[in-house]
Amino acid sequence: MTAVDARPDRAVGGPVVRDGGADRVAGTQRYLSDIPFVDAAHVAFTTIPVGCAEITAIDTAAAAALPGVLTVVTASDLPQPMKRFGISHKDRPVLASGTVNFHGEPVAAVVAESADLARAAADVVVVEYRELPGVYDLDAALAADAHLVQDPSVRPGDALNATNVLETADYAWGEMDAAEGQADLVVENTYTFPMVTHFPIEPGGVVASPGDDGGVEVHSPVQHPYLLQRIVADIVGQPLARVRIVAPDPGGGFGGKQTPRYEPLLALLALRTKRTCRLVLSLEETFQLMRRSGCRIAARTGFRSTGEVVFHQMAADFVIGAYADVAPRVMTKGSYVGAGPYRIPAVQVNARAVLTNTTPSCAFRGFGAPQVAWATESQLDAGGRALGVDSLDMRRRNLVQAGEPFIRGDHEARADGQWHQSLERAAELIGWGEPIGPNRGRGVAVGIKPGATSGLSQSLVRLLYDGSAIAYAGTSDMGQGARTLWKQILADELGVDLDKITIVSGDTDAVPFDLQTSASRSTVFMGSAVLDACRDIRARVRDLYAEATGADAVDLDHAPGVIVVGGTEMPLVDAAQAALGSLRGEFVGQGTCRLRGVSGHPLGGDAAFYEFNCTAIEVEIDPETGEVLLATHVTVGDVGTELNPLQVVSQDEGAAIMGLGHTLMEQVLHDEHGRIRNLGALDYRIPTFNDVALQMVSDSVENHDGPGPYGSKGISEGALLCTAGAVGAAVTNAIGVQIVELPLTAERIWTAMQDAPASASWSSSSDPEPS
Amino acid sequence: MSQRNGDSSTMLDQLAPVEVAVTVNGVDHTTAIPPHRTLLDTLRDDLGLTGTKKCCADGECGACTVFLDGTLVNSCLVLGLEAAGHDVTTIEGLSMDGLTALQEEFLAAGAVQCGVCIPGQVMAAEDLLRANPAADATEIREAMSGNLCRCAGYERIVAAIQAAAGQRVEIR
Repeated sequence: MTAVDARPDRAVGGPVVRDGGADRVAGTQRYLSDIPFVDAAHVAFTTIPVGCAEITAIDTAAAAALPGVLTVVTASDLPQPMKRFGISHKDRPVLASGTVNFHGEPVAAVVAESADLARAAADVVVVEYRELPGVYDLDAALAADAHLVQDPSVRPGDALNATNVLETADYAWGEMDAAEGQADLVVENTYTFPMVTHFPIEPGGVVASPGDDGGVEVHSPVQHPYLLQRIVADIVGQPLARVRIVAPDPGGGFGGKQTPRYEPLLALLALRTKRTCRLVLSLEETFQLMRRSGCRIAARTGFRSTGEVVFHQMAADFVIGAYADVAPRVMTKGSYVGAGPYRIPAVQVNARAVLTNTTPSCAFRGFGAPQVAWATESQLDAGGRALGVDSLDMRRRNLVQAGEPFIRGDHEARADGQWHQSLERAAELIGWGEPIGPNRGRGVAVGIKPGATSGLSQSLVRLLYDGSAIAYAGTSDMGQGARTLWKQILADELGVDLDKITIVSGDTDAVPFDLQTSASRSTVFMGSAVLDACRDIRARVRDLYAEATGADAVDLDHAPGVIVVGGTEMPLVDAAQAALGSLRGEFVGQGTCRLRGVSGHPLGGDAAFYEFNCTAIEVEIDPETGEVLLATHVTVGDVGTELNPLQVVSQDEGAAIMGLGHTLMEQVLHDEHGRIRNLGALDYRIPTFNDVALQMVSDSVENHDGPGPYGSKGISEGALLCTAGAVGAAVTNAIGVQIVELPLTAERIWTAMQDAPASASWSSSSDPEPS
Repeated sequence: MSQRNGDSSTMLDQLAPVEVAVTVNGVDHTTAIPPHRTLLDTLRDDLGLTGTKKCCADGECGACTVFLDGTLVNSCLVLGLEAAGHDVTTIEGLSMDGLTALQEEFLAAGAVQCGVCIPGQVMAAEDLLRANPAADATEIREAMSGNLCRCAGYERIVAAIQAAAGQRVEIR
């Protein structure tokens, strides 16, 4: 692992301005709905106003008769049996077939000459249906006689297919009975974490066109173009080479734009109508397309009188929605770190992914870890309060040191960073231990998330004759600034000016395979592939230069951006031009980063790295209203190496503030028919400028100890993992009572304050309202 | 149970277009639009000015912010018909002579992530600085609170506007 060296002319490590930034501030960046498609037809969906129903009849005649309507498609118009797709479970139908399983699931699709016409026609499709006793929360889904969200025939051979439990994950180590005996204090609480929705500012959409060769071209602002290519190819029965995915930069992803949803349907509509079919989603439709799984976590934790945790038990039920999407993986991977980054001798975690008649949940920044961290971090503080040990000391005493295991058993995981440094930095930055005003409280919490456990990123780099360069890298740039980093790497490794580099992404016809843009993996995986391709070019330049000049290649040393000829440094681009000679041409380098899985590992492999963050919060509570004023918000990430400090701080602050959403205000609510009550921006609040702390501090610990280029790690999720725990602890310390349910709304806090004992003794309070 | 969401004849009547003359970024346009079409959709779909972004279409997010006769509005809450005879300035108009100092500060501060909210943020910040060229952080937060950023680049945007407030240049 090499740290970024201190040469002032290096691009890596500097605050290089975001690639594509100028187009974004000028309004010239083309997101999907900004791209003109000649002669496109428009698509709109018919839905019904309940979350669970049997469809008994659909009358499309009136809609189909409208002038300008090309076709109205229902399940019976599509190939039978209805094709289903998915990653781990092929359970999602291309179009609702027989039943509607969540509010907003399309029943019919209209293709028309204008968007207005398509909408008008979709609204006159008449759907006859019988409402079914859908299950919209955990208790209903887990009841003995619960309606089954998925017919057992969708999950043949699955031992759980007569229940609404889709998958389970169980982790355990140590001697629980013996640990029980060592505990001086046992704390038990049941925590809830709300369903929240991604709310991308670009709602997105899909445009599909029939190809000349019988294939199909799909435009979608998707995080995983190559996964989409595979699934569309399967649905339309064409080889990968005839399915082209063009992925314009997503206007916000956060995990919500990873998996295919309407792309298979749009591809079939394009093939059926022989027209380009365009669907642009509303924000409301995204609420019915993506969300984070809600979670209920029953936790039982044993402590020694000095604060050390001796055992931790957790039963976590994730409310995943009507189809699997990647939610079973969210449950499995999130609960894997259910005991946190701590030294706990005995742990038992039992997690379940529970189907409900709600929007299928998917990946969302943090991927299951924020849910379990809310419980575990709160448990640590509940124990500490009872024992008279503060939040900081609880973590000092329990947090593992570098190299120490925090997950034990057959496939143990060890701390891959100096995590105590982040803890101490955050404590210092917030002034932990300094006197605090009335109605104020401080909290500190840590969070951990496994990075990717397997992966493959491939890249091509071309160094052109004139000293410019093109890199092909399939990472979707959805705001994290991936292309900026690839430019920085090329600039240093090849010695090419930043403004002479072009990055190509988002087109499966042109760009080599990349598994996916997820799990904060891109810097480590694609970054390594791009670096590998650059080094391939350097070796090729050295060899051809030797051949062209008669020098001995072994006498040519090569370092980033240069080769050394006879003890003198020569710019690599000059050597390249000399080597290419009068025929010109170019150098093509190939790079690969592959992480294979580990057989038998509960996650399918060891995490490439762990994201670790420490958050410290100071709040002031208005005693009259229960409102939370965020005075200070400190976030410190263990980043390995900052390749671009401007982008690190943007990602870190962004994750931290996004974490305030589920902590303080966000929750998707349903009525008794399974309809989303707060469908849209009027009723669903996300953090604004005014919700950010008065003082916000983002800092990083750099030990150059990551597996990515120059010692980097992924950093885009860490600050969201422990926001709730830190705010929760601060609120508890301010009001004298613990609240176990998120979000910490003013109403919830005010109600808890009314129940708070007059003395400073701590108790638990459970909101009587079901969440 | 069945649903009947609309009546086709009524829906189609609403679609009959009306001719509208509007000045956008100094250019006179005449376009035929249905009476229910918003200024936002008129700009994007009829005039091809896609720099103005569409997110909530409810007047909550600020992504569609433009100037109407110099006043900041959510273009999703204004009908295209209402803009007839008026003067609209969009992000394209603001950027006509290259990036403004304010836009440059957005880049330098790292305020741009996914970027969809950014045109609206720039318009709102422009409006703020015209009224209050020396705005401080508290004033900036209050003035900008109608513009959502889900990447939550709020701190960077405040920094950008503060920097622009310190080196203000006149923009037409």
